[in-house]
Amino acid sequence: MKIKEIESMLDASFLCGEERCEEEIFSACGSDMMSDVLAYVEDQGVLLTGLVNTQVVRTAGMMDIRCVVFVRSKRPTLEMIELAEEYGIVLMSTANRMFEACGKLYEAGLRGHEQPGDESGDICG
Amino acid sequence: MISVDDTVKFHFDVDGENFSSAGEASIIMKKSLRQLGFPQNVIRRVTIAMYEGEINMVIHANGGQADVEISPDEIKIVLEDSGPGIADVDLAMQEGYSTAKDNIRALGFGAGMGLPNMKKYTDSMEIETEIGVGTKITMTVKT
Repeated sequence: MKIKEIESMLDASFLCGEERCEEEIFSACGSDMMSDVLAYVEDQGVLLTGLVNTQVVRTAGMMDIRCVVFVRSKRPTLEMIELAEEYGIVLMSTANRMFEACGKLYEAGLRGHEQPGDESGDICG
Repeated sequence: MISVDDTVKFHFDVDGENFSSAGEASIIMKKSLRQLGFPQNVIRRVTIAMYEGEINMVIHANGGQADVEISPDEIKIVLEDSGPGIADVDLAMQEGYSTAKDNIRALGFGAGMGLPNMKKYTDSMEIETEIGVGTKITMTVKT
């Protein structure tokens, strides 16, 4: 799924990185706990979160997450946007709540971590 | 890639006063390991383990020191603080156990996953801790 499809499906608005909207996303993770995100191991993912602080962007950078979607219309700080630009991470904001945002992406075919036997999939995915 | 005889060392002071800057040392390591040509999975394991350690030092110990030693077959990360120490290491190693307060949870940490994640992503992890003195964690990742 392309980043621009996520934007359109969630009726979201780009906060930075719009020029990377053609990049492909292969998996998704929804969490407000960054340690749970750090237990998640998929590549080229999108993170949906209701948490707003610089560690969200830093965690995404550490995990090579391509795109972060803030739910419930939350807006990142300028410091977070600058950090995301430095790391090359797309940020967007949607009015959807976490459950609805995850549901829409799931319905459109995006999945979390699916490899059987890998317990990290139970934590976040 | 670095040559066989080379050992590269990094030293970082982890600022305990500023939660917002926690993880800066890990990001520098990530860039450096990438420049040195290490594989993606090695880079990720080292930086996640170090990042969790940095966060722990900031939220529990008012900061500390991080040292990384890179040799061709192994990367060693040593995190040392002068914090309160860990009362029960076995308990602290259990997923979901945390002594972090609600204000830390509100920041997205304190889920009791820090130490388990550090163990999960490294090949060895040793914890030396003394109440009221501090904690030293030594982790290695084989390349």
